[in-house]
Order: sequence, then structure tokens, then C-alpha cells
Amino acid sequence: MSAVVNAPAHEDHGHHHKQNFISKYIFSFDHKMVAKQFLITGLIMGIVGIAMSILFRIQLAWPEQSFAIFETLLGKWAPDGVMTPNIYLALVTIHGTIMVFFVLTAGLSGTFSNLLIPLQIGARDMASGFMNMLSYWLFFIACVIMLCSLFVEAGPASSGWTIYPPLSALPQAIGGSGMGMTLWLVSMALFIASQLLGGINYIVTVINLRTKGMSMTRLPLTIWAFLVTAILGLVSFPVLLSAALLLIMDRSFGTSFFLSDIFLDGEVLSHHGGSPVLFEHLFWFLGHPEVYIVILPALGITSEVVATNSRKPIFGYRAMIASILAIGFLSTIVWGHHMFVSGMNPFLGSVFTFTTLLIAIPSAVKAFNYITTLWKGNLQMNPGMLFSIGLVSTFITGGLTGIILGDSTLDINVHDTYFVVAHFHLVMGISALYGLFAGVYHWYPKMFGRMMNKNLGYIHFWVTAVGAYGVFFPMHFLGMAGLPRRYYTNTAFPYFDDLADINVIVTVCAIITALVQLVFIYNFFSSMFYGKKATRNPWKSNTLEWTTPVEHIHGNWPGELPVVYRWAYDYSKTNSDGDYVIQGQDYIPQNVPMQNKEEDLQH
Amino acid sequence: MTVFLVIIVLALLAVTGWQISKIFELSKSPDADTTQVANNKDNENQGKLMMGFAVFLYLLMFYCFWSFTNVTLPDAASEHGGKYDNLMLISMLLIMFVQIVTQALLHYFAYKYRGAEGKKALFYADNDKLEFIWTIIPVITLAGLIIYGLFTWNDIMSVNEDEDPLVIELYAQQFSWTARYAGEDNTLGEANVRFIEGINALGIDKEDSYAQDDKVVRELHLPVNRPVLFKLRSQDVLHSAYFPHFRAQMNVVPGMITQFGFTPTVTTEEMRNNEDIVDKVEHINDIRNEKGDDSYEFDYFLLCNKICGQAHYNMQMKVIVESEADYEAWLAEQSTFGESMSEE
Repeated sequence: MSAVVNAPAHEDHGHHHKQNFISKYIFSFDHKMVAKQFLITGLIMGIVGIAMSILFRIQLAWPEQSFAIFETLLGKWAPDGVMTPNIYLALVTIHGTIMVFFVLTAGLSGTFSNLLIPLQIGARDMASGFMNMLSYWLFFIACVIMLCSLFVEAGPASSGWTIYPPLSALPQAIGGSGMGMTLWLVSMALFIASQLLGGINYIVTVINLRTKGMSMTRLPLTIWAFLVTAILGLVSFPVLLSAALLLIMDRSFGTSFFLSDIFLDGEVLSHHGGSPVLFEHLFWFLGHPEVYIVILPALGITSEVVATNSRKPIFGYRAMIASILAIGFLSTIVWGHHMFVSGMNPFLGSVFTFTTLLIAIPSAVKAFNYITTLWKGNLQMNPGMLFSIGLVSTFITGGLTGIILGDSTLDINVHDTYFVVAHFHLVMGISALYGLFAGVYHWYPKMFGRMMNKNLGYIHFWVTAVGAYGVFFPMHFLGMAGLPRRYYTNTAFPYFDDLADINVIVTVCAIITALVQLVFIYNFFSSMFYGKKATRNPWKSNTLEWTTPVEHIHGNWPGELPVVYRWAYDYSKTNSDGDYVIQGQDYIPQNVPMQNKEEDLQH
Repeated sequence: MTVFLVIIVLALLAVTGWQISKIFELSKSPDADTTQVANNKDNENQGKLMMGFAVFLYLLMFYCFWSFTNVTLPDAASEHGGKYDNLMLISMLLIMFVQIVTQALLHYFAYKYRGAEGKKALFYADNDKLEFIWTIIPVITLAGLIIYGLFTWNDIMSVNEDEDPLVIELYAQQFSWTARYAGEDNTLGEANVRFIEGINALGIDKEDSYAQDDKVVRELHLPVNRPVLFKLRSQDVLHSAYFPHFRAQMNVVPGMITQFGFTPTVTTEEMRNNEDIVDKVEHINDIRNEKGDDSYEFDYFLLCNKICGQAHYNMQMKVIVESEADYEAWLAEQSTFGESMSEE
């Protein structure tokens, strides 16, 4: 059935030299290995980031109480087991940084762009294997530096993941802005370099290395999502780098880009003429595209997983591409909605409200298309599919509150409250994590040649799904009560005393949800060794990666590259007589030529 | 109450876990295959769980709205706040409507079309008419929201100088607020951190004649129904002046003066007698009594809503809205900047 060319057993590509341990597992040029490196590093960072959130959630639910776990993990930062305000802020800051950049940017798009771009477009490897390796190792060093910053004397960076100056610029203002902040900036600079190397590679590979017949409109939606993500990263990350560089100048070389008229610790600082609002602009020029850098790959993965497991084409393929492009474009001109009350001109607020609410349109189209894809499908409830459906659910719930936050008027009173925290955790945190999980469950057989245990996957999904809503749905009400985020405790305001119940619910759900991730971690690592051996195409999918052998080889396909004859979504396609195009098979892989009686639908 | 809620959450999770473990058991039966790909039984069970999850989600939403609405902010205590609340209500109704419909469809389809051996999916790749419909509906609704929102925004942000607003400076520093009333001339004297010296903690220019009648205070008193224009100034890092009850917020930025104006319409006394507040305060006092804290009486407050350092969580100022007469009487007691400087 499958039209894989069983070409002479082995064609020499001139680079099949012997690999030793170091060149195979450590400094590997192979995109599949780099993808695994990104994934495992991302997962480890994820464990750190989530553990931190549990620590500060405990403090929020039972403020200023003593816990042995604080004493053990935080040491001098938790005298007698009571967390100090400084370490609380540090945990919040590093949790945000790690989850946004190290887990959901590198861990998600780093893993799946690397794994899937060459495999799904029919390329032997990335355009530059060396740059790919460099990208991973820069990311690795960035991770190490970020983790090191947890151990410096005055504490890690603690001015929020947005590191707004002057707080982040002046160690007198908060301890974490000393050495901790320096390390944060160095780590992020390396991280940005890693992203740029990776991004250029992804773009070049998608544009240049598509196999014969793989036109842009035959690309799986995953690749479209990764492509636009990479372009967004390339456009916006350099701006963050410039902001970081200017901040370094302000911190260390006495310039005044962001600082002006400051009196601290009994003395007037010499800085004059700068403006923190400039930093906010630079930061959010990256920061907003960043949330789409996080969510687009997750949506791409979902498109692929939903179509495969619904046994149906994704509904509105071209509309999906248009939505991805529209989201990509609009995401670069909406950054000001983070700054409605920053003191910028209110007229700008009007403009940003307009562009921000526009972005709801392509997002809505995507959600409706997913729902229609399920309609009249033959849904195969694999764990990846469950996480994809879960993603659509949280993406809708979280996206809808964006309509409130994107409206400059309504933002006035919910800005920087828990309403925002609930919103973005659902729409980009939980949704992107679901995308990551969907991707891992779906492509695990491709990565490790073995299957993950589906029952553990089901447990993982259902407890996570219940728990995540249990954490973030009630949290909206904290925001509507006027409770600011990043408060070490709410006890300074008796007015907020009645919120303690909700905080306890949120924390209990968070702990349960975090614990069930251990099921995933166990499943992930044990399946690597004890999982059921995978077949070549376990999910009966159409895309090219499933035409490669289970055993990884350098160059992906033995013999010639596959040729593509159709789009990726010919699931359950029938002839006019109602039979499947290929007898007894409800899918037609992309490398199968058009069949005899088949109707060409111009996809 | 807390314990009760925790028990509910745990119970729900336990039910989920129990259901899942049942499936786990079932799938271990000898006839089950071990390919780790969802089989008929999995599709059946997971599809039903999808429906169960939808029920959970609706119950959760219902429960949250039912029992947490009493913690949300009471009706706005400012003139523009009414419009704000109105827009909020419309937006909330709209998004909850969409939420209820789309989540129902999503989970119902996941249940209804759960896979089965021999079932044939419908090859349905696109439909321009449908795409058009669900592009144009959001366009129209969002256009409405945008227009409504922008009118309100303009209204709130444009300060009408003709109304002769009461000018007050809010001065932020780690970790306290200070207010400076502009005095009889209703004009604030010049100020800069470089003038900070001794008791002149706000860095007011001693030479400026406008500054002499300014009054520096640690508690904010506002006359009811009179427009107030806040000029915001920071001494060190970013802060944000957030008055949740007045639906007002503006960042305080070192090196520049930001502003926000509003008209308080409900006095502190009136708010204390507001039904929602009476209930809320009663509830809070129950909790406080249980813990052995002193009882609490409602007051408006100003809080800092931009991370500003380790005591960020306790940067607050009491706000009192009172009648014009009470306000005048209070203001008359405060000494002017000129007086306090000459006393020194």
C-alpha cells in the first residue's frame, strides 16, 4: 500500500561516518537528537518552574506559616520555615521566566520544530546541523546560568519576569537586582542567541528543503505554525536583546536610558532623562509576540493531532493558514495592551485596543474550525487527542477573557490583578502545555521508537484537566475582587480576608495537578526503555515522518527522499461510490500518488 | 467553609481517579490489546468522560459564579465607574454566552463522534459559507465592543479642565503613599527629587510661590461629587496607583508625571451601608473573629499594583470620601508646606 520506495538498501550520502558517544548524544548535528535534547532539558526546567509555583502557592494559601519544605528547599530564605517576601518575589520571577522562555518557547517549539520540520517536509536534516547544535548548547548554557542565579548571595532576579526598571536596575531597590539580575540578563542574552540561530534554521529549512511536490499549500499545519513562530521570534527577540543591552548599560555603565529622577537610600542618583516606559515598549514588543511564539506551535500540533485522530481533514485548511498568518502579523502590533495604564498617551491606548480585539477574529476562526473538525469524525481517543481537545477548551476559556483585558477601558480595573494571571495561564500556559503533551504523546513513537502507556496518559490528562480548571477558573474571581498579583500575602488588607478560601482551593488544585505530572514524567522515562515497541505508523497518519523507519538513521529516509502528491489531510476520503480511495484504509499518506477513480479536490 | 470546599474538590478528583482506575482495570483484561493505541473500549470510555468533563466544567463555572460573586467588588463609587461596570457586564454576558455554547459543542462532539470500529468519518474539508459566518459574527460583535469601549475610554481619560477639578498629587515611594493637596490656588508647586531635604520629603521647590499653600498629608480625603485630578509622581521605582472601588488605576513612573481623574460619588459612610459591603464585612469579621484578629470596618483604600520591592504587598493609603463640609473642615486643620518649612 505504502509507496515508500524500497530503493537499494543504502545510498551513501557522504556523511555516514562512524559516530561515537559524543557526536551521537552530546554534540549531535542530527535534528532528531537535538529535538530530544531540547525536550528533556525543557522538561527538567519545567519541573523546576512548576515546583517553584507550588512553593509560592503554598505561601499564598497559608500566608506566613511555617513549612518544613520551605526550610529544606529555601534554606536561609525561609527562616524557621517561613518564606520571606524577597524569595517569594524571586520565585514568582524565575517561575515566569523559566516557564515562558525555557519550557514553552525552547521546550515546545525547540523540540517540535527540530523534530518535525525535516521529517514532515521530507528533508534529510536541518539546513545547518551545526547551527542547530549551537542553538541547543547556547540554550543549555542559558539554562545552567539561570539555575546558577538561584544560588547567589543576594538572591535571584526578583522584579517580575518583565524586569521593569528601575526596580531591576537598582540593587538598592531590591536585593535580587544585583548579581541575580546580571545572571538573568546574561542567561537571556544567550537564550536569545539560541533562539535566533534556531529560528533562522527553521525558516531556511522550510523554504529551501521541501521535498519534490511539497508545495507551501501542501505543508502540514504544524510546519506553517513553526514557520510563522520562527519568523515572529526573528522579528521580536532582537528587540528584547536591545532592551537587555540598554538595561545592562544603565546598570553597569551609568547611562540613563530607563532611569530618571530617582532618590533611593537617602541619596539622589545621577541618572537623568531616561524613561521606564521606553523599556516597557521594548519589552512588550517582544513580550507580546512571545505569547504567540508559545501558543502557535501548540495550535499547529493540535491541528495535526486532531485531524489524524478524528480521521477527518482539518476543517478549513486555508483558513487555518490565513489565521496563523493573521495572528502572526497582528501579534506584532498589539504590545501596547500591556501598557494601557503605563502613562503612555491614551490615544495609543485606543489604537492598541482596536488591534488587540482584531486578533480575536482569527483566534475565533481557529477555535470554530477545530470544533467543526470533530463534527462527524471517528474520534480516536488517544492521549494526544485528549490533550488537543483540552487545548481547544482552555484556549477558548482563556481567550474569551482576553476580550475584557484587551479593552483599554475594562483593563483599568483588572490590570495586574489575578484576573490577568488566570487569563494568560489558561490561554498560553495551560494551552501551550497541553500542546506540548499532545505533541509528546503523539510523536513519542517517532522520537523513541516506543509507545507511551495510554492508561497512564489518560490518568495524566483527566486529573490535569480537572485540576487546571480548578486552579485557574476560581482565580478570575480573585481578580474581580481587586486583588493585585505579586503580593506576598493579602493579610495587609483585611478587605481581602474573605479571599482566603479561594486561595486554598487554588493551591490544593495546583498541588494535585503538579503531582499528577509525575505520572507523565514516569511514563515518559520508563517508556523509553520498557515501552511497547512502536510500529512505523501507529496512528495511521498521512504525514511524511511516518514513512521513515522506526530506527533513527542519519538522513531520515533510506534511499531516495519521498515525493509528495497530495496534502496532508486525506483522511476518510472516498470515491464517488462511497468506498475509501484505498480499499480498507481510511488514510492516504502524502507520498501516495493520485489513484485511479480518485477525485482531485485541489487541496 | 474552606475545609468543605477542599473536600468537594478532593471528592471530584477522587471520582475522576476512580473512574480512570476502572478503565485502567478494564484495559488490563486479557482480551485487551497492548498496542497502546486507543481501541474501541478506550474510545467509548474516553468519549463518555468527555461528556462527564463538560458536566464538571459547567458545575465549576456555576459554582464559582454562585459562591464567589460575593467577593467581587461592589458597585463602582465613581462617576465613570457606572459606565465601566456596564461595559464589564455586557462583555461578561457575551463571553459567558460564547463560552457556554462553544464548550458544549466541543465536548458534545467529542462524545457523540467518539470512534468505533467500522465507523466512517465524513470527509468534510471546507465550506466557505461557514467560514464566512464565523468570521463575520466576531467582526460585528467585536466592532460593537470596540466602539463602545473606545468612547468610554476617551471619556475616562480626557480630563475636563473646565470642571475645575481638585488637583492632588500622589507621591509614591518604597513602600508608602503621600498626598499633596494643591491648596487655595489649586496649583501644585514645582517639585523634584533633587530638592528632597530634611522634612521636605517630597522634594518640593521652596522658592516656588505656588508651593507655599500646598498641603502634604498621609491620608487621602476626597469631597463627594467633585472631580479630582490626580497627578502621580514616583520617588524611586515604578508603582501603580490602584483604587479598585473607583475603577481607577494609573502607573506612577519616576521621571515623569502621569495623571488620572475621576469623581467619587459614594461617601465612605454610604459605602459602609451598601448591602454588599455590609454582607462582605460581616463575613470578613466572622473570619477574623475565628482567627482572633480585631474586627474590621470598611474603608476605601489606594494600593500599589506594580511590583516595587519586598514590601510591595503592604503599600497602601486610606481613602475617605466625605461631604464637602467635612472635607473643608479636615483640610483646614492641615498645615501648609510654607508653614511647616518655616517652623523648622
